[in-house]
Amino acid sequence: MTFRHRHLLGIEHLPPQDITTILDLADSYVDLNRRDVKHSDTLAGLTQINMFFENSTRTQASFEIAGKRLGADVMNMAMQTASLKKGETLIDTALTLNAMHPDLLVVRHPQSGAVNLLAEKVNCAVLNAGDGLHEHPTQALLDALTIRRAKGRLHRLTVAICGDIAHSRVARSNILLLGRMENRVRLIGPPTLIPAGATEWGVEVYDDMARGLAGADVVMMLRLQKERMDGGFIPSEREYFHRFGLDPAKLGFAAEDAIVMHPGPMNRGVEIDGTIADDINRSVIQEQVEMGVAVRMAAMDLLARNRAAKPGGVYV
Amino acid sequence: MSDLLLTDARLVDPEAGTMATGAVRISAGRIAEILTQPTEIEEEMLRARNICDCGGKVLAPGIVDLGAKVCEPGERHKESFRSAGRAAAAGGVTTMVTRPDTTPALDTPEQLEFVTRRAAQAAPVNIRPMAALTKGRAGREMVEIGFLLDAGAAAFTDCDRVVTDAKVFSRCLTYARSLGALVIAHPQEPVLSAGAAATSGKFASLRGLPAVSPMAERLGLERDLALVEMTGGRYHADNLSSAAALAALKRAKTAGLDVTAGVNVHHLTLNEFDVGDYRTFFKMKPPLRSEDDRLAMVQAVADGLIDVISSMHTPQDEESKRRPFEEAASGAVGLETLLPAALRLYHAGALDLPRLFAALSLNPARRLGLEAGRMAKGAPADLVLFDPDAPFVLDRFALRSKSKNTPFDGTRMQGRVLKTWVAGREVYTAT
Repeated sequence: MTFRHRHLLGIEHLPPQDITTILDLADSYVDLNRRDVKHSDTLAGLTQINMFFENSTRTQASFEIAGKRLGADVMNMAMQTASLKKGETLIDTALTLNAMHPDLLVVRHPQSGAVNLLAEKVNCAVLNAGDGLHEHPTQALLDALTIRRAKGRLHRLTVAICGDIAHSRVARSNILLLGRMENRVRLIGPPTLIPAGATEWGVEVYDDMARGLAGADVVMMLRLQKERMDGGFIPSEREYFHRFGLDPAKLGFAAEDAIVMHPGPMNRGVEIDGTIADDINRSVIQEQVEMGVAVRMAAMDLLARNRAAKPGGVYV
Repeated sequence: MSDLLLTDARLVDPEAGTMATGAVRISAGRIAEILTQPTEIEEEMLRARNICDCGGKVLAPGIVDLGAKVCEPGERHKESFRSAGRAAAAGGVTTMVTRPDTTPALDTPEQLEFVTRRAAQAAPVNIRPMAALTKGRAGREMVEIGFLLDAGAAAFTDCDRVVTDAKVFSRCLTYARSLGALVIAHPQEPVLSAGAAATSGKFASLRGLPAVSPMAERLGLERDLALVEMTGGRYHADNLSSAAALAALKRAKTAGLDVTAGVNVHHLTLNEFDVGDYRTFFKMKPPLRSEDDRLAMVQAVADGLIDVISSMHTPQDEESKRRPFEEAASGAVGLETLLPAALRLYHAGALDLPRLFAALSLNPARRLGLEAGRMAKGAPADLVLFDPDAPFVLDRFALRSKSKNTPFDGTRMQGRVLKTWVAGREVYTAT
């Protein structure tokens, strides 16, 4: 097994075999997490810092649990209230933390590319926990693991990603990953929420749920941010739910055994009907959360093994 | 000043559109004679006291760079007249037409006099400052266009800030017309392009960057041209970058409006993909465009639809560039890289040298009413001698500008300036 990366900044630079490597290792961590004693000493003695420049509960908790189960010393820093208010630049913050010799840095930042910039300036492994509208690689990996376990494979599936694609880093990472694993990806949403140039991404674009969902094996719903519902992108919440919200009737267009996914947190009654979200035969939303911890353990484990790699070396 | 004879040069004449081999005699800061007959040249060489052998390299009218920013007053740590002047001389730029987007904006005759005085003390090349079009570049009240003209303002522009109020802009055009003043704008629909860091499309979407369609430029240009038609003003659309805007420009020129246009060299040589993994030295305003747009702009220069190529020299220090892409400052330094970058078009066969120097020297000089830019008897002896084929790899720390924010760092380039003269005085010699 070779996994030659210094950082996990996005799916863009991950070849298929590396994706498989992470998912295989994550499978074993799923088993660990289901035991009574959920602990390993893989990362014992290493320091993990979670830097969140943007609010997060779920992702941060997931990374924290992942680190703790592997025995790392985990520290959380809520950056949106800290040094940025004092006018410190991102680079200075990075250098300050770097001087404390962390081994793993988990970073979320509201601006695209900010995590890449930070990764250039530190000596440790950096995991992107979401940067602006760019990438959210661990989310795509946990989605992939969920699909692989539910469907038995991660190729030749038709995956429909529905909703606010334009403002979703989850969608971008998923499109890259699913495409790389040779799946058929469809994007469904109102044209105002489909990014410019999306048709050139090797995906099919629909503005109609019935046609877009036809025969889909996986239905991935995206969260619609409250601030986008004010008439700027869509006319109203209720029109959106009527046209693009996932209800039993619309789900009927998908394959009979289609699974329903959502990266959370959900807006019930906006993008997804409550009965579907709770339907244990269709919804794998809870599994996604479980896989999240396992995938993050796997990613940190693999990066920690490479942490001696020098900047500018063969590792990306 | 004693006479100087430049011999064995390939002479670029952008007015005639021709190249010739010959010699140039300089006297009292002007071109006294252009000699192409071998016998004439030999006779002249016997008489001349100072001879410079150009070794068969190219001698052209010095570049008139329209829209270079020198950060005096306000941000001298980014660029001063001394550093910009040295960079210009080394880049073959003999006249810098400087932008007024300093801190504070250059909008009074007193400030213009300060800048003129500083420039004369510190810079070895000609400097013609432009003034803001509205006070504080705020887009509300026009500056003292008459006084500023008397003080030597070359043109009037709010640079990248669009005068959003059409009434204010039309009055500026009308008032400027009565004085023969040139109004320069960087056309853009300001609401559509607000906050954009990239050109909308596949690349910007994948990178998750806020983006704008090139249509915003066309919208801005169409509005400006309609107001020019309404007022009869003199107008130069600078920093154009997109194919979408060109049809409107062509229509205006065909209709006989007093309109010219410019492009900066980065939009002729780079495209949106050069940004790669968020390289902020490639962040420009307007943002780099698609390859189709770039090719259309090159063609527009070749056809003469676009009149002027400039560097849009914009010094930024490391602190303002070493930030997440969205919040990083825009712009690049270009005084020293303008010529080698523009020569890419020559090497690619898109333009010949006379055409290139029409865009770099002759057209901007003409548009601003300057005598420079010509290879003709009586013209100021502002000249650049360069080897268009000499290859080199650019090292940004070798640049003379105080700021080193060039997108060409580590790039292989072709074309080296050997000597630069301003009014017959040698201001740069390559070592």
